[in-house]
Amino acid sequence: MVANQDIGFRVRRGTVHAIVGENGAGKSTLMKILYGVQRPDEGTIEVDGRVVNLHSPSDAIREGIGMVFQHFQLADNFTVLENVVLGAEKLHGIGDSARDKIREISSSYGLNVDPDALVADLGVGARQRIEILKVLYRGARIIILDEPTAVLVPQEVDELFDNLRELKSEGLTVLFISHKLDEVLSVADAITVIRRGTTVDTVDPTSVNARQLAELMVGAELPTPATEESTVTDRVVLRAEDVVLAGAGDGGRNVLDGISLTIHAGEVLGIAGVEGNGQAELVEVIMGMREPTSGLVFLGDTDISDWGTREIREAGVAYIPEDRHRHALLLEAPLWENRILGHQTEEPNARGILINASGAKADTERIVKEFDVRTPSIYVKAGSLSGGNQQKLIIGREMSHAPKVLVAAHPTRGVDVGAQSSIWDIIRQARRDGLAVLLISADLEELIGLSDTIQVILRGRLTGTFDPDTVSAEDLGAAMTGASRTEPAADPVADPATDAATDAVTDEGGQR
Amino acid sequence: MNRLNPRRLLLGVAAPVLALGVAFVVTSAILLVLGDPVGEVWSTILSWPRPRQLVQVVNAATIYYLSAVAVAVGFRMNLFNIGVDGQYRVAAFAGALFAGQAWFPGPVNVLLTIVVAMAAGGLWASIAAYLKVRRGISEVISTIMLNAIATGVVQWLLLKVAVKQPGSNTISTEPIPESSQLAGLGLIPGATNKVYTLIVVAVVVGFGYWFIINKTRFGFDLRATGRSETAAVASGVKVPRMVVTTMIASGALAGLIGMPLLFGQDFSYGTTFQAGLGFAGIGIALLGRNHPVGIAIAALLWSFLDVQSNALQIRAGVASEVVFIIQGVILFAVVIAYELIRRLEVRLEQQRVARELAASRPDTPAVEGASA
Repeated sequence: MVANQDIGFRVRRGTVHAIVGENGAGKSTLMKILYGVQRPDEGTIEVDGRVVNLHSPSDAIREGIGMVFQHFQLADNFTVLENVVLGAEKLHGIGDSARDKIREISSSYGLNVDPDALVADLGVGARQRIEILKVLYRGARIIILDEPTAVLVPQEVDELFDNLRELKSEGLTVLFISHKLDEVLSVADAITVIRRGTTVDTVDPTSVNARQLAELMVGAELPTPATEESTVTDRVVLRAEDVVLAGAGDGGRNVLDGISLTIHAGEVLGIAGVEGNGQAELVEVIMGMREPTSGLVFLGDTDISDWGTREIREAGVAYIPEDRHRHALLLEAPLWENRILGHQTEEPNARGILINASGAKADTERIVKEFDVRTPSIYVKAGSLSGGNQQKLIIGREMSHAPKVLVAAHPTRGVDVGAQSSIWDIIRQARRDGLAVLLISADLEELIGLSDTIQVILRGRLTGTFDPDTVSAEDLGAAMTGASRTEPAADPVADPATDAATDAVTDEGGQR
Repeated sequence: MNRLNPRRLLLGVAAPVLALGVAFVVTSAILLVLGDPVGEVWSTILSWPRPRQLVQVVNAATIYYLSAVAVAVGFRMNLFNIGVDGQYRVAAFAGALFAGQAWFPGPVNVLLTIVVAMAAGGLWASIAAYLKVRRGISEVISTIMLNAIATGVVQWLLLKVAVKQPGSNTISTEPIPESSQLAGLGLIPGATNKVYTLIVVAVVVGFGYWFIINKTRFGFDLRATGRSETAAVASGVKVPRMVVTTMIASGALAGLIGMPLLFGQDFSYGTTFQAGLGFAGIGIALLGRNHPVGIAIAALLWSFLDVQSNALQIRAGVASEVVFIIQGVILFAVVIAYELIRRLEVRLEQQRVARELAASRPDTPAVEGASA
């Protein structure tokens, strides 16, 4: 295993052990090895002092190792019960005994999961608890959580941490992978830092602060998303007017419900929201990938509502999609072909109706150099690069066509600290260059640090405007869940209104 | 490192060679179990063909090649045009009908017939394209059904326009005039029969296919759609339009399949016109990995097996249908082998990327993100 050269750490039973490291540091590979997806070339894994040989995830489960993935593996149209027993029907059947078992696990670990609820009706936090329940149901004593907080608002994070402490007190062991250092410090009993495929150190969270931890992680000084002097002008570049997108089926709630927004040249407009509240659809409407049911989108003074995606991109709208594997890359194509993607008709990729391969290759070399994409060559497949390097390639490509607007959805999701800081730099530079930037992010620090204005999206509506200079992450979190309107966000988790709000998630999200 | 690294080339060749090996072993085992003379069968099949048979191999391969390219166009964007079979029959019938009218002199008649056949094939395919884009019906289902319908429609129309062949009880369309019949090319010395003149069409199609897929914006969009439809949409490809265009192109190419037969051998469309060519094309496209040269090799292999098996009954006392077992096993094995090799390639590349980046680490500055 070359991705990981020399990783060694011990996890004590009944602790929360965090593993931190940049993306590309080898965290994912390590997790795959621990869960039996990938086999190590050298080295051993021991559970309870016994060397185990993990050939497949089922081996890992047999050894009591369970994994909760960052992207939930749940079937929306199934109930909690059905999702939990899926693939584990032999344990307790699929009927009442399974239901009892789920109730028992749920109450003994405080997971608060109703076995008969439909997953489609549940919020992100609840879905994550189902994932945890799933691995407990399969008898896991060691639970690996991969970036579990990436999709949660602050209040849900607190709740998750309560759950983790509960698990710990019951003698279970939790391996917690993250790069959000404050969270790691608050929940972990021990922290192992890995960098470039080797363990740097295992530290005690009481003896380090976030900054020191980050420096261990990066091996250098740490960047922050500091705000700069305003560059906002009064020239409107992108404007949406009362955009409505009807939901699927009849009687469905509108996915976008009267969205109006204006972005000026030199302005970063941040959109905060719990995932699935319409931000993905808003981006798709602006990019021409979906037709709005009503409402208009203007680029400058031009109505682009009924333009195709290609025309919109040619007109100078750069696009960083939230799911780069699905929307921004051809994973099985070489980097230089990915350089062409999205700009098939533009210089230097095309000459008339022909593809200009040599032009595209030369420009890919430039992007690789300028944007520090770490790759041995431009002929490797995009899927072989780490997330951060893929993202740098995408951003490099999008910034190479003199854009007027940058639509960036979760631009630093799943990328390492180093890449994160360069991406922030690029967005700041874009703002200085007079671009209108629409920034959608689940990372509230990032939104607060980069935006000139923050708007909150909730159930397809823009429900509040905040000034990033004065707002706190907690205020935003409350607004995102709608909690601020019902009662103060003292205990938003127990608040039924909150659950209802977070339910606004998902089912429309996946369909086109 | 560059595109043509030798290991990658080796991996590319490994899969088909492996598949052929497996087919050899499995077929031998079957023959052995059934008590057939294994050695005789292989020596018959693997003997060097005589010039006359070589011509047959080349001719059959020409037809197969056109069929496989028609299928491959769809495959490149994950569009499974199972309907090439129906499309080429509709097209061959339409072409034969047109050519038989002799409205135009000699070669002009040939060229216009080709256009008519392509139009007919494209039109037939456009039904499936419309159903997919507008009604969301899987092209696999609709093209299979359209194959059955094509058989019926052609048969029915044939009865309406047919002329009786003198001295035979088969029926066919009006034979094309002698001035439009193509005598063939004497490419292979020592053979009394000739290679289809329209092998030229196959060569042009092969080159055009390579050029359009690899060198044009359209081809890029098509490949992008095949690799990831979601990414293609986000990049501005209008996928429904691509589906329609590609499906019609595939059908139009299918329209060419019957042309060498029509002008070089049968001179009319009748009940004896060769059937099943569209299905053979699917397998050959798969074996040739949708690559213009790969398909050519696969088509030659296929027709070689076909022709060589003819002598099995006489020389080895084994039914020539044994060749279908061989071909079937090759396909099975090759599909598995390609997938294995693909995974191996991905893994090797990921490992190499990780290794090369690890090796270059000491030179890179510690601060990530600083532009070089």
